[in-house]
Amino acid sequence: MSILVNKDTKVICQGLTGKTGTFHTEQAIAYGTNMVGGVVPGKGGQTWEGGGVADGKSLPVYNTVSEARDATGADASVIYVPPKFAAASIIEAIEAEIPLVCVITEGIPVLDMVKVKRRLQDSNTKLIGPNCPGVITPDECKIGIMPGHIHRRGNVGIISRSGTLTYEAVHQTTQAGLGQSTCVGIGGDPVKGMDFIEVLEMFLADDETHSIIMIGEIGGSAEADAAKFLASNSVKKPTVGFIAGVTAPPGRRMGHAGAIVSGGDDTAEAKIDAMKTAGIAVSPTPAALGSTLVELLNG
Amino acid sequence: MNIHEYQAKQLLKKYGAPVANGVVVMNADEAEAKAASMDAGLYVVKAQIHAGGRGKGKFKEPEAGEKGGVRLAKTAAEAAEEARKMLGSTLVTKQTGEAGKVVNRVYIEDGADIETELYLSVLVDRASSRVAFIASTEGGMDIEEVAEETPEKILTLSIDPDAGVTDADKDQLVKALGLSGDAVQQGRDLMGILYQAFTEKDMDMLEINPLIVMTDGNVRVLDAKVSFDSNAEFRQPDLEELRDPTEEDPLEARAAEFDLSYVNLDGNIGCMVNGAGLAMSTMDIIKHYGAEPANFLDVGGGASKENITEAFKIITSDDGVKGILINIFGGIMKCDVIAEGTLAAVKEVGLSVPLVVRLEGTNVELGKKIINESDLDVIAADDLDDAARKIVAAVQG
Repeated sequence: MSILVNKDTKVICQGLTGKTGTFHTEQAIAYGTNMVGGVVPGKGGQTWEGGGVADGKSLPVYNTVSEARDATGADASVIYVPPKFAAASIIEAIEAEIPLVCVITEGIPVLDMVKVKRRLQDSNTKLIGPNCPGVITPDECKIGIMPGHIHRRGNVGIISRSGTLTYEAVHQTTQAGLGQSTCVGIGGDPVKGMDFIEVLEMFLADDETHSIIMIGEIGGSAEADAAKFLASNSVKKPTVGFIAGVTAPPGRRMGHAGAIVSGGDDTAEAKIDAMKTAGIAVSPTPAALGSTLVELLNG
Repeated sequence: MNIHEYQAKQLLKKYGAPVANGVVVMNADEAEAKAASMDAGLYVVKAQIHAGGRGKGKFKEPEAGEKGGVRLAKTAAEAAEEARKMLGSTLVTKQTGEAGKVVNRVYIEDGADIETELYLSVLVDRASSRVAFIASTEGGMDIEEVAEETPEKILTLSIDPDAGVTDADKDQLVKALGLSGDAVQQGRDLMGILYQAFTEKDMDMLEINPLIVMTDGNVRVLDAKVSFDSNAEFRQPDLEELRDPTEEDPLEARAAEFDLSYVNLDGNIGCMVNGAGLAMSTMDIIKHYGAEPANFLDVGGGASKENITEAFKIITSDDGVKGILINIFGGIMKCDVIAEGTLAAVKEVGLSVPLVVRLEGTNVELGKKIINESDLDVIAADDLDDAARKIVAAVQG
C-alpha cells in the first residue's frame, strides 16, 4: 500500500511560479507525480508552462488554495513559499481543508510555527515539515526536493529529520535490493507537523512496509518518545535507528534550528541508549544504515 | 543571536519589568563618573560576556584579582577599580572553555538586599509546540540540576497562542514561585510583560535566574539572559544594533555572510557537506574512525560555485586543519557545482593538506569528471565509509 501518498494523490503547488516551485514541479511531473495546479496570489487564471524535463506540460494557476481545491479536488499541497509568507500559506491550506500539506521552506520563524500548530489542532490536515525534503512513494508520487532516481520501490519505510541523511538511507537500501515503501522527511525545525510517532504508527499499519529505518538527531525528545512507543506497541517490525550529532558540542546549533543540545537527555548518546533499550538496531555510522538492516533481516 | 545581560535588562525594562538602575562601562576611565551618577548604597560590578557561570569564574590574568566576574563594591571609586581590573582581562567560566572570553564591557548595577531567589524562564516548548514558562522556587542554581534532583519543584506552563497569558496561568505561576504580599501582583504583571517581550521580539530563550524578592517585599530581575530566533531576523531590524561582533567567531561570521552554516571545532579534519544531518554525521564518522572533526559545515541546498569557493577558503583558513573531507549527496545541490567551486578555491588559495572527495547524487558523473580532468591532487572515495577511512588515514599518516 505505502503511506500518505500514492499514484492517485492529486497535488497542487503553493508558490508554483517562483524559481524553486517551478524547478521542483517540473521534476515532480517528470517523476510521474499527479500535479494538478498551483496557487499564486494575484496570478489566478494564468497558465504555468513547464519547461526542462516537464516540457509540454501546463498547469492552471489559482489565486487561493480553496479555489484550487474546488477546481482540482487536490488531496495534497506542497509549499515553496519564502519564509516571510510561509506561515500564512500553511494556514490557508489548513483552512481550505487540504488533507496533506508538505512544507519545504527553510527558515520559518518558530513563533509563526507555534501559530500554525494551533490551527492544526482543530483540523484534519496532516502537516509534513517545514524545513524538510518532503515525502515520496517510489514510482508513484514524489512531493518535495529529493532526487527521484535514487529510489526503488520496495519494503523499507524511512522516516528522518534530515534531508541528505534520508538520501543515504534510500541509496543504501536501494543498493541492498530492499527498496522503499514510502520515505518521509519530517524536517529539522523544533516546532513541526508530524513527528516520529505519527509516521511510525502508519508504517506499522502498512502491509507493504516490512521494516523501518528512523533517523534522528540531537535536540528534543521525539526520538526517545518514539523508541518507547515502538517498544510498547504490539505490532513489531524490524527497525534500524541512527542519531546524528555524537560529536556536536552542547549549546551550539548545528545547522537545523532544532539541532541543539540544551539539556541532559537530548544528546545523541541518550537517544541512542533509548533506541537500544527499545530493541532498535542502531547503525554505528551513517554509512552502515543499509548493512545494519540487512543483518537484522537475515539474523 | 545572543545579547549581553545589560542589553537584555534594558530591553525588559522598556516593557515594564522591574530591573535595577545600572550603567555600562566600556572604558575604565569613565567608570567612576558613571558609577557615581547612580548614587547607590552598594554597587554590583558584572563582567559582560556571552557565557554563564560568571560569578564562579576566574580571570586568567593575576592583575584582575582573585575574585570572579561578579564583584561587590561599597563606593563608586571601588566599583570603578573593579571595572578597571576586569576590562581587557580574560574570564574563564564553565561555559567558556579553557580559552575564556575577554571582557570588553562591564555593567555596574545598584545592589539589592535579597530575601529569596527564584527561577523563571520562557522558551518554545517542543513537546507542546507552544511558548512555555518554566518556574521554580530554586533560583540561582543550574535549572538542569533542579530538574534532575527535585523535578517536583519545577512548573512548566505552556501558553495557548490564541488566548495569550490568562488569569489562570498567572495564578499557577505565582503559586509555583511561592510569592506573597505585594510580590503576588508584581509576579502576575511580570508574566504578562515577559510574554509580550518574548513574542514581540521573536526571542527563543528568556531566562531570569535569579528572579528575586527583596527584603522590602518587591520583585526584581537580578540576572537576564536572552537569545533571539535567527529565522525571524528579517522582521526585527532593531535587534541588529545589539549584536556584539567581538562575541562571534570571525570564521563563523564570515560563513554566515555567504549563507553557510559553520561551527568551528577543535579537531583537525575539515569537512564540507550538504545538509545539516549529513554534516553532523560526517563529523561523527570521523570520530568513529579515531580522529576529530575541525568544523561543522553545511553548504545548504542552493549554494553557488562562489559559496563553495568561500566555504573551502574558510575551512583552509583554520590553522588546525590537517586534512579535508568533502562529502556531498546531491539532491538540489549539484555535484558539478561542488567540483567547480572546489577547483576555483584551490586555484586561489592552494592546497597543502590531503583532500578526500566523495560525491553522490545529482550530476555525480559530471562532478567526478571535472575533478578527474583537473590537476587537483584528490583522493577519490566510493562511499561515505571509504571516504572517512581515507581521510583519517591520510591525516594520521
